[in-house]
Amino acid sequence: MGSNSLYGPLDPAPDAGYPDAPPRMGFFTDTSVCIGCKACEVACKEWNGVPDDGFDLLGSSYDNTGGLSANSWRHVAFIEQPAVDALAAAGTTGPQFLGMPGKDLPGRTLDAPRTDFRWLMMSNVCKHCTHAGCLDVCPTGALFRTEFGTVVVQEDICNGCGYCVPACPYGVIDRREDDGRAWKCTLCYDRIGDGLTPACAQACPTQSIQYGELDELRGRARERVERLRGQGVTEARLYGHDPEDGVGGDGAFFLLLDEPEVYGLPPDPVVSTRDLPAMWKRAGLAGLAMAAAVAVSFLGGRS
Amino acid sequence: MSPKGSRGDRPMVPPADFRSYYGRPVVRPAVWTHDVAAYLFTGGLAAGSALLAAGGDATGRPALRRAGRTTALGALLASTYFLVADLGRPERFHHMLRVAKPTSPMSMGTWILSAFGAAAGVSAVAEAAPLLPAPVGRLITPLGTAGQYAAAATAPALATYTAVLLSGTATPSWHAAYPDLPFVFAGSALASGAGVGLLGAPVSQAGPARRMAVLGAALELYGAHRVETSKGILSEPYTQGRPGRLLRAGRALTALGVAGALLGRRSRVVSGLSGLSLLAASLATRFGIFEGGMASARDPKYTVVPQRERLARRAAAD
Repeated sequence: MGSNSLYGPLDPAPDAGYPDAPPRMGFFTDTSVCIGCKACEVACKEWNGVPDDGFDLLGSSYDNTGGLSANSWRHVAFIEQPAVDALAAAGTTGPQFLGMPGKDLPGRTLDAPRTDFRWLMMSNVCKHCTHAGCLDVCPTGALFRTEFGTVVVQEDICNGCGYCVPACPYGVIDRREDDGRAWKCTLCYDRIGDGLTPACAQACPTQSIQYGELDELRGRARERVERLRGQGVTEARLYGHDPEDGVGGDGAFFLLLDEPEVYGLPPDPVVSTRDLPAMWKRAGLAGLAMAAAVAVSFLGGRS
Repeated sequence: MSPKGSRGDRPMVPPADFRSYYGRPVVRPAVWTHDVAAYLFTGGLAAGSALLAAGGDATGRPALRRAGRTTALGALLASTYFLVADLGRPERFHHMLRVAKPTSPMSMGTWILSAFGAAAGVSAVAEAAPLLPAPVGRLITPLGTAGQYAAAATAPALATYTAVLLSGTATPSWHAAYPDLPFVFAGSALASGAGVGLLGAPVSQAGPARRMAVLGAALELYGAHRVETSKGILSEPYTQGRPGRLLRAGRALTALGVAGALLGRRSRVVSGLSGLSLLAASLATRFGIFEGGMASARDPKYTVVPQRERLARRAAAD
């Protein structure tokens, strides 16, 4: 283990023991061009043989998937909210349902009343963290770091202990109910080894999901966010791109148009194993207190 | 509303203002059932009983030794059952033994429990030495003694690693409690072990169990007080609803058990009842801590608000 093995900037594959690791691969999901078509959700299910997660109308938006789960490894979030100017004017925050949009094409009916709102759409996925809580706490070795720096579950090893589920700071990995094992995005480990693009990125019609070498994607993302800001989209920001953040940077990072929590993402995730040495120290102290209490109990009295 | 409002009877904490995705949780609550909460109790009970047995044997109190050894084995078997039953693939329980992984508290716990289990198992079997053929009995008695001390040496780790197990997650109120949770669990384990002594030994031998009850209760109450008051908004889940009721019940039962242990010195019945009270207290406390964490994971408020506060503090520092 290196000095940053639990926390801090790190190239995960060499740290995990791959001496000649290929470049770290990842996703850059640019939500500013997402059209909410859910082709990524479908392609992922098709390629990976992910089971149906039930026909469940959630009634809150066009999103009837709800979130990432054992049976949804890509999830398209839909947020309907007043446009940024209206938001600022009203001084309100939070998603609001403003009715269905008109059936007509925008601009076809001149002077038609238009509500001033926008849709945010975002295809969420496993972040393939540099410091992956799920991987750190897995007691069987079922979760492992691949040579591409991604995090994958071995389904023949996982015994369904479920520890990875609460360990993920993003709430991604999940145990499948009828199967008992933990499942999540593999970044199409069975495709990228053959030089193919992961199914979701391949299917994305707008290049909202971009796959490639993480270093290159980070550069591309920086340019994109600058260009958007130059065009007046001042709320554009990157999420998960920073190797100095609480998980050492994400292998799958995002360009967002609002605060992360609006999309269901944690605003400042930290891998819980960062505090592992401190946690064991406190446990050791409590253990010593316990031993001392027993010694006092048996040696300290008359009866 | 101003914090110094005109009503002025107490400082008003403004309602937490935060945004979320349709109120859905950000982190995922553990998929564990109450089997795991029950294991927190039985694991602690096994540890406390093993310590009781070792102390009893070392100071010539055979009733404490006997009660401690047998309860340790019973609690250990129950623990193993709860842990295996809660797996998604119970038939693969042995996959835990493929690796020893320092970054995984569950892996460390597996090995602690295995070491403890072997030692406590031998020492409990040795209790049956008089019933076994003489040569076997002569062989197993010293083994049992060795096992008893080995189990006692492992017991503090067994009692406290479960705190690291819960804290090592992104479950907000479990993680925030990491400095104090080991003390809750250590104290709770001692108190339940003391309860076994009070139940299983005549009053003439139960003196150490009474002192163990007092010290265990003190540790547990101190830790629980810290968990319930010093974590800001993340203390809240431990004080509300079912977890709040369970933790309050645990506190009341602990107080009752300690009072009975101290006042019932001459009565086997009062001692036994206080022992039962301490065991029930430990059970309630473990379920309260378990459910408090689960509640904190289900409400996005407990993930978003503390992280926002952390970002604001960092921005203010820059």
